[in-house]
Amino acid sequence: MARWPKPEEGSWTEHYGLSTAPVSYEDSISPEFYELEREAVFKRAWLNVGRVEQLPRTGSYFTKELAVARTSVIVVKDKDGGVRAFHNICRHRGNKLVWNDFPGEETSGTCRQFVCKYHGWRYDLDGALSFVQQENEFFDLEKDAYGLVPVHCDVWAGFIFVNLADEPEQPLREFLGPMVTALEEYPFEKQSERWFYRATVNSNWKLFMDAFQEFYHAPVLHGNETPPDWSIPAQQAGFEAPYYGVDGPHRLVSTAGVHPWNLPQGMLKPMEVLTRSGLFGPWDVPDLGPNARPPGLNPAGCDPWGLDSFQIFPNFVILVWGQGWYLTYHYWPTAANQHVFECSLYFVPAKTARERMAHELAALSFKEYGHQDANTLEATQSMLESRVLERFPLCDQEVLCRHLHEVTAQWVDEYKKQRENAEA
Amino acid sequence: MSDALLPSEFSDLEPFAATWCLATEDERYQQRLASTMDEMQAFYDAVVPRADAAMTYCDQFPLDDLPGEARNLLYLLFSMVMVSFPVEAFGQPHIPDTGAAYLDCLVAPGP
Repeated sequence: MARWPKPEEGSWTEHYGLSTAPVSYEDSISPEFYELEREAVFKRAWLNVGRVEQLPRTGSYFTKELAVARTSVIVVKDKDGGVRAFHNICRHRGNKLVWNDFPGEETSGTCRQFVCKYHGWRYDLDGALSFVQQENEFFDLEKDAYGLVPVHCDVWAGFIFVNLADEPEQPLREFLGPMVTALEEYPFEKQSERWFYRATVNSNWKLFMDAFQEFYHAPVLHGNETPPDWSIPAQQAGFEAPYYGVDGPHRLVSTAGVHPWNLPQGMLKPMEVLTRSGLFGPWDVPDLGPNARPPGLNPAGCDPWGLDSFQIFPNFVILVWGQGWYLTYHYWPTAANQHVFECSLYFVPAKTARERMAHELAALSFKEYGHQDANTLEATQSMLESRVLERFPLCDQEVLCRHLHEVTAQWVDEYKKQRENAEA
Repeated sequence: MSDALLPSEFSDLEPFAATWCLATEDERYQQRLASTMDEMQAFYDAVVPRADAAMTYCDQFPLDDLPGEARNLLYLLFSMVMVSFPVEAFGQPHIPDTGAAYLDCLVAPGP
């Protein structure tokens, strides 16, 4: 007996017009498909590269390595307070412009202008070439024609996006669509206390997206992180989401919550009681102001409400917790069977040691669970590559996994058609 | 004792201070992986009954301006959270079935 009503079609999968047949994961093991994805997805979609809090003042910058597009971008706050992005390459001899010690590592800081380490060419914050070392040695050099190569860049709700296409097919807001932009008023900016985790994971990027867009796995894979009084009934009950959303290439899963402070002590760990916190966040919800629950959140009207996880195509997740904090995930492909996973956790800055302790337990709980998810992916990738099996059955709680792979295939097909038309 | 790391009210925890008053998440995680369950259980058993008083002590001061001894005490509490997972849940220093995985903590809030 379902605990939550299904759509009238009988399943979320059919409600969103998706196939119910077993699926192929060829798209997660094929180097050829990965090459297509790089062009069709990562050089056409808007990609989130950070938040405005990372650029606090004029001249603040950070670099972002985009191995999937074989480039690096500089993101900077210009003199007018706008955010700009450039390919991280000097116009003179092609040296990477901004880096420290290790050319392949990301960096950040504040500067008045960008100076190339190689021959000292300088660029203003708006990308204009401002100084050439021994300029009179050059031949007819028009400095105006040698500014940094711009990358399309736009900001939504404090999230900075870039688009590597010559001309993006849609403006950012239109790309994000109404399901995501309904979050716009949520007070992300008040939650500036940040944890940032990163790992290289030996799996295709979509497999980790899949791991965090279904919770069917949660009572099983993470059972040993909770006391038996919690984990045994949780596994017996299984997981059901009250709501799944799909809007264009983007997805949403919403869950019901619990009030841990009302649970029998045997279901909780002593540290949760001591710090009044846990995986789902601090028990004491901070004051997020009047926009703590914009219309886009808690679509099933759960009380208590657990979380909404917005899966923003292609590789970005915003997960808003009912307990008044949020996190983001990024999955940056580096090969068909490898990606860099990044997670940022954001809280209203702790004012007391007690509040800070609640954040500490939430952050470390994320790390515990995240390890288990990441490790499992390597086990999945290696066996998918055996090609012993070609088709895998997905249940209705895995509807979003199905959607991601279908959307990715659609983008690749569209790209192939565009390319054929251009050649014809 | 002039070389004490912790406030005098918490001198009973001083035997654990040199090992567990660690400033970064990575140091605390590495210390967990390098410790035996017996060592972590002893630390946990000593610090948990004192944790509420320790938080109250730290909260006399602004979080962004903790005196050195109070900051050490908070680091000790962070280590208590770090060892709580093996002690309370799975009985081994490393997370079960995660041999190939890691998650580096590159940014964490102070203190």
